[in-house]
Amino acid sequence: MSLSDRPTPDLPSLDATPSRPARAAGRRGFLLGSAAIGAGALLAGCTSNEVGTDDAAAPAPAAEGSTSATGAPVTIGFAGPQADHGWLNAINEQARAEAERYPDVTLEVVEGTNDAAAQSGQIETLINRGVDVIVILPADGKAMTQSGLAAMQAGIPVVNLDRIFDTPRAYRLWIGGDNYGMGVSAGHFIGERLRDRPEARVVELAGIDNLELTQQRSQGFADALAEYPNIELVARQAAEFTVQSGQEKMAQLLQAVPQIDAVWNHDDDQGVGAEQAIRQAGRDEFIMVGGAGSRHVMDQIKADNTVIKATVLYPVTMAASAIACARLIAQSRALGDLRETEVPTSITLHSAVVTKENVDRYLPIAFT
Amino acid sequence: MSTSAGGPSLDKPRRGPESTPTPASGAAGTAAARSTGGASTTTPPTGDGRRSGAWARLTGGGGVRNLGLVGVLLLLVLVGAITSPDQFLSTSNLVVILTQASVIGVVTVGMTFVIIGGGIDLSVGAIVALATVWATTLATQSYGLGGILFCAIAVGLGCGLLNGVLVAYGRMVPFIATLAMMASARGLSLQISGGLTQVVQVDSVLSLGYRESRILGIPPLVIIWVAVIVLGWLVLNRTTYGRRLFALGGNPEAARLAGIDVRRQRLTLYLVSGLCCGIASFMLIVLTGSGQNTNGNLYELDAIAAVIIGGTLLTGGRGTLIGSVLGVLVFTTISNLFALNNLQSAVQDIASGAIIVIAVLIQRQSGGQSRAG
Repeated sequence: MSLSDRPTPDLPSLDATPSRPARAAGRRGFLLGSAAIGAGALLAGCTSNEVGTDDAAAPAPAAEGSTSATGAPVTIGFAGPQADHGWLNAINEQARAEAERYPDVTLEVVEGTNDAAAQSGQIETLINRGVDVIVILPADGKAMTQSGLAAMQAGIPVVNLDRIFDTPRAYRLWIGGDNYGMGVSAGHFIGERLRDRPEARVVELAGIDNLELTQQRSQGFADALAEYPNIELVARQAAEFTVQSGQEKMAQLLQAVPQIDAVWNHDDDQGVGAEQAIRQAGRDEFIMVGGAGSRHVMDQIKADNTVIKATVLYPVTMAASAIACARLIAQSRALGDLRETEVPTSITLHSAVVTKENVDRYLPIAFT
Repeated sequence: MSTSAGGPSLDKPRRGPESTPTPASGAAGTAAARSTGGASTTTPPTGDGRRSGAWARLTGGGGVRNLGLVGVLLLLVLVGAITSPDQFLSTSNLVVILTQASVIGVVTVGMTFVIIGGGIDLSVGAIVALATVWATTLATQSYGLGGILFCAIAVGLGCGLLNGVLVAYGRMVPFIATLAMMASARGLSLQISGGLTQVVQVDSVLSLGYRESRILGIPPLVIIWVAVIVLGWLVLNRTTYGRRLFALGGNPEAARLAGIDVRRQRLTLYLVSGLCCGIASFMLIVLTGSGQNTNGNLYELDAIAAVIIGGTLLTGGRGTLIGSVLGVLVFTTISNLFALNNLQSAVQDIASGAIIVIAVLIQRQSGGQSRAG
């Protein structure tokens, strides 16, 4: 379909009497063609997501002091997840940003993946390259245990990030979030808010049900709510950490329970969908507590104009801390204010509740 | 669909009467009616016969086959009315069911075209993901509602065009061509979004999902779905294009010999599917207020399942749009029932598998009766 296809009424064409259909088809072709070109031009300009992105490398409140002094050069190998979720994406960014803070650290990042087989190949590569320490967020904690063991046996300390290996022999340090604690924090927050409400009805929008972490979060939530006899967990549905599933399940939950007092949503990313479902149903009689701590949700908590009143943190800063600890381990140094001469073997992070009162403290570590 | 009710007779010669149970004529007439290609003695004259056949398809779906599905749906409604009468039967719940069915429903309309035409489109979910992501980038959002709508549809059509060219002119097997599209479209959507959820800030788009935008109590998304169904039904059953589609799916060689431009016809299949994906993407953006590369997860399976349960032959040449719509409604109602009764994921998965089998068995039962009768 080019310009030349267009029949020109003023000039006699070779075919003295062009048949009407052919002519119409030609014009249609031209119109379609130009529309396609216009579409292409407009579309090409539409893939950009660049609008003054605020630096994700927010200054992490790391312990200053003796630990920040430059030491022996260290090469850290980092094997992260495939960034197909806001939280995972932030993990990768935090790790990179933290490594850049230290002049004595060289970070070797391998391609993020969700495939345990591919990741064990990457760990093997890192071992062969002879990095000083490996930081890994396993695609699957249990499946990657052998890789952790292999690195440790090769004399390379492993910092296991979040998804824990099967055996402590596979890591030098485990650092990660507290899923059970997340549920407990959410439960206590809701419990205190509804303390004086008789027969309060609470709804839970869970994450992917066949993940252990979802079970732990739900268990913590149920255990915490059990302390409040006036509160009943009336409905629970599992979404899939995606906005689409969040919208779907939340819409159904709102139908199932006509009068709700509080909702706990395990994940702020799926919460984007849940929020739409709530708005679409025109409901606002309850408070909602999120999970993980996204920028979007923290902004709403701060503005205080939606049902979202709090979110339970699952700190992405763990990636930065893992890099910091890996450096100290490689340099055989201690951890800041602790009295031990070595970095501990296990660090479980606190699941803080972010509310309107303290949101400013946490905004810098929110993920987008 | 049956040959008597608007389908072409081109696929007829290759199939014996046994292999083509023709539900519409089976419902209306007898085996004799079938052997004479629908112009039976018991049904009114040909002109009226076509109309009544079409009417039967519109009301009862494709006759007995869809009646079975209507039965399944009624059964589900009965279960809902017994287990949670207050919630299930409320109008607001009906609105929720229809709204949730609308997005996958539009995709299923496109899938019905593709499967009737003898193809398959495994890329619908990935196209939806790509279109939602592409249409919700900050750059696109700056163009407002028009930009988002245009972009969603253009991406859908573009992917459909590529699929169609590969299948029709590149002579690739549809399964492989669309599988390749599935992989690359998902990859591209991950690339563009960087794995992040792109929250839509354009109020005119978001408000389409809110109560205020309902027309006579019906959400715009449901209206779009109904419009797509009506349009799809008209094209499938009332145009030469639709007849050629059945011919192509039934027997491509015969269709070619009959003078149909098989390649172009095939190309349009995937264009229609791509267009439907584009429309569905826009609806999904309205519904979720965001674009994400995980959108449309497993849509290909959901859509194919709905089409097949709806009575369309997986090998093409025969099928009904109304059946597919009923199929979608069955799936959405099941999901709704589970949530209202607070059943958890494990139970949901077991039960939905069982219900699919039961639905197909009920259908086969009614199909078998029509064959025997």
